[in-house]
Amino acid sequence: MDYVIEMLNIRKEFPGIVANDNINLQVEKGEIHALLGENGAGKSTLMNVLFGLYQPEKGEIRVNGKPVKITNPNIANDLGIGMVHQHFMLVDTFSVTENIILGSEPKKSGTVDIKKAEAEVQEISERYGLKVDPTAKIKDISVGMQQRVEILKTLYRGADILILDEPTAVLTPQEIHELIEIMRTLIKEGKSIILITHKLKEIMEVCDRCTVIRKGQGIGTVDVKETSTTELASLMVGREVSFRTEKTPAHPKEEILKISDLRVKDARGAEMVKGLHLDVKAGEIVGIAGVDGNGQSELIEAVAGLRKVESGSILLNNESITHFTPRKVTESGVAHIPQDRHKFGLVLDFPIGENMVLQNYYQKPYSSMGVLNYKEIYKQANKLINEYDVRTPSEHTPARALSGGNQQKAIIGREVDRSPDLLIAAQPTRGLDVGAIEFIHRKLIEERDKGKAVLLLSFELEEIMNVSDRIAIMFDGQIVANVKPEDTTEQELGLLMAGSQVEKKAGES
Amino acid sequence: MLRDQRFINVLIPIISVILGLLAGAIIMLSFGYNPVEGYGALYEGAFGNSYFMGETFVKVTPLILSGIAVAFAFRTGLFNIGVEGQVFVGWLASVWVGISFESPMIIHLPLAILSAGVAGALWGFVPGFLKAKFGVHEVIVSIMMNYIALYTCNAIIRNVLTDRLDSTDRVADTASLSSQMFYNWTGSRLHWGAIIALALAFVMWFILEKTTKGYELRSVGFNQNASNYAGMNVNRNIVYSFLISGSFAGIAGAMQGLGTYGNMFVQSSFTNIGFDGIAVALLGGNTALGSVFGAFLFGTLKNGAGSMPLVANIPKELVDIIVALIIFFVASGYIIRWALTRFKREGK
Repeated sequence: MDYVIEMLNIRKEFPGIVANDNINLQVEKGEIHALLGENGAGKSTLMNVLFGLYQPEKGEIRVNGKPVKITNPNIANDLGIGMVHQHFMLVDTFSVTENIILGSEPKKSGTVDIKKAEAEVQEISERYGLKVDPTAKIKDISVGMQQRVEILKTLYRGADILILDEPTAVLTPQEIHELIEIMRTLIKEGKSIILITHKLKEIMEVCDRCTVIRKGQGIGTVDVKETSTTELASLMVGREVSFRTEKTPAHPKEEILKISDLRVKDARGAEMVKGLHLDVKAGEIVGIAGVDGNGQSELIEAVAGLRKVESGSILLNNESITHFTPRKVTESGVAHIPQDRHKFGLVLDFPIGENMVLQNYYQKPYSSMGVLNYKEIYKQANKLINEYDVRTPSEHTPARALSGGNQQKAIIGREVDRSPDLLIAAQPTRGLDVGAIEFIHRKLIEERDKGKAVLLLSFELEEIMNVSDRIAIMFDGQIVANVKPEDTTEQELGLLMAGSQVEKKAGES
Repeated sequence: MLRDQRFINVLIPIISVILGLLAGAIIMLSFGYNPVEGYGALYEGAFGNSYFMGETFVKVTPLILSGIAVAFAFRTGLFNIGVEGQVFVGWLASVWVGISFESPMIIHLPLAILSAGVAGALWGFVPGFLKAKFGVHEVIVSIMMNYIALYTCNAIIRNVLTDRLDSTDRVADTASLSSQMFYNWTGSRLHWGAIIALALAFVMWFILEKTTKGYELRSVGFNQNASNYAGMNVNRNIVYSFLISGSFAGIAGAMQGLGTYGNMFVQSSFTNIGFDGIAVALLGGNTALGSVFGAFLFGTLKNGAGSMPLVANIPKELVDIIVALIIFFVASGYIIRWALTRFKREGK
């Protein structure tokens, strides 16, 4: 069998930890090879070794059968290896073409030959079915388009082996579908792809084979045709994983949150929430389903006090919190797991311990008379770190150094521990692996069973279907339907989210 | 790994200073001067006898305060380049209170220092408020506030505090920081302000690291979105930060007005106390203790360099170049950090 890439017995150490130990990865020509593992399992480290960003302590890398030493990314480029990072590396104010040629510009008498470059970009983009406008500015195009630009960048440099690092994490369902088509075209054109992911469904859909890494150890390579999501999940996590979150039927009680005729504008002044009505009762999880950009973020921010309410009312336990500051909202009994944990949820440069009291540092026992009581702060931090299984070297480690899953567990611990009447969870499992997702879903359901009201916002239909007791579909700034998960299908939800009218309304069913 | 990082953080300024001294030595050699003699003169000029030592501390004192003023703002994500102007208004306010009346020292001296702090805080309030309310960049506003301070102070000295004279009366004894005891010991202008500066460096550390307000300010400095999410009032904290930073700077002015000179005089240009404070803060990693060390280095260089033309015959211009080189290397700490980490990686 011909392998384009062979990584044999790779070992990579960092001070204090072994990130990769004895990992084998063999990629055949023309296949889509999945690299599967939990957050922090060592997938990115392995790929950075392949891309020349890290040097392995042990092991051999072969490209097309020949042993090679990849000591920097330029060598990787020359060998035809291209990487699309999870966080894009694009210049916002440059055009698509300018970004693609950056670093290897075609020149004509000392100036960049932009016309020639544009033609080349056009040609490549057509050949591989990557539709982009070569003259558009990066800042004006969607995330999905930006990702295409990143892929084009590697192709322009002559890459034959593409590494895609969690490419679907930032995409909408429609864009994911398009990306999968693009990947199939690339394979037809003779490229090979390594897909780093922890989304099992995608592996089953597009990949040929799958190599699993767990806690830095190579577990093995399986043929996707001969496996199942259940098997992949247990290989990855090391134990049986249940996909259907176990839960008993909800027993909704009194109304906790009541939103009436709410109107909210976004930062540019466009009205995003247009007269919305929604209520959440104690002891139930209401899931908001909708295509991104239909006002969900603005709704959540308005409830949390982070965005100005134009008109309408928000009642918590029958008392208005409509124009409250974030602090007053928090003090009234609302906890909020924000959509963007890096931007809102954590002060990344603070120790994880200090992050655990971000909202109540000014209260006893964490401080008195304006002076912090670090002993109490770190006591609380340690309690949450243990209870919520936040894996961190110590409570003094900067939050930045933790993996995404552990950062999220820390936030959830902090929010849930305040024992709020209403828990808002905005995309609580974005970018996390199945183990962490399972844990977070269980916590949300536990809160519900304690009689709290939970408002869940998610773009993953599976999550909405699994966790919610009631689904509120949001379209164009309004809740257009309320359905029960057991009475609906993903197809029906998809239609509702796209704005099509459906006779059946859950309120009446 | 954390301890490694801390070790590097301490190592960098030390290596920077050594490299700066080496570069200065090369310059001296290439112009035909003896670097050993030159640095000998610098050392003598800074620590040679009790007078020089006292004068070194006189230079260090306001730099500690301007350094912590800059560092405090930096830590909260703000660049207070207006420390220079805040020093001016603090100086003027302290002298104004000092010459206007006499009252028991226990009231008069604290009042004079306090008014310097308030004046600096007010001067800092303007850029802070404009930034918080209208998003005006604090650097532009505070640079302009420097000029306003310089010429306003000159105008007040000439037209209000005196009748067209270039310097004010000396402050009353009850508002003076100068010390007969230090004078008898050293014969220098060393004054009690040195102790005030050290105490305020401690205060700065305490506010930032130990109080809830400091927690908020640091949080706002790192991540405004998360701070807002957590219920902190980001804009109010920006103003607080400038008020506190400005008051440190104002008190640096009081060190000059009540201690070193005992009066205020018309200045043709900036004193550089505020601008040097930026370098002091950078050198000290924006910490209180670091700023004290940074101020000490700057004060030593400034005072000691004064002896180099006299003792080693090195022209004053060359001395300025050497001092600038040392500062240059200190400020290029990033390059040294890069080299150190690279060296470590290769070494493995």
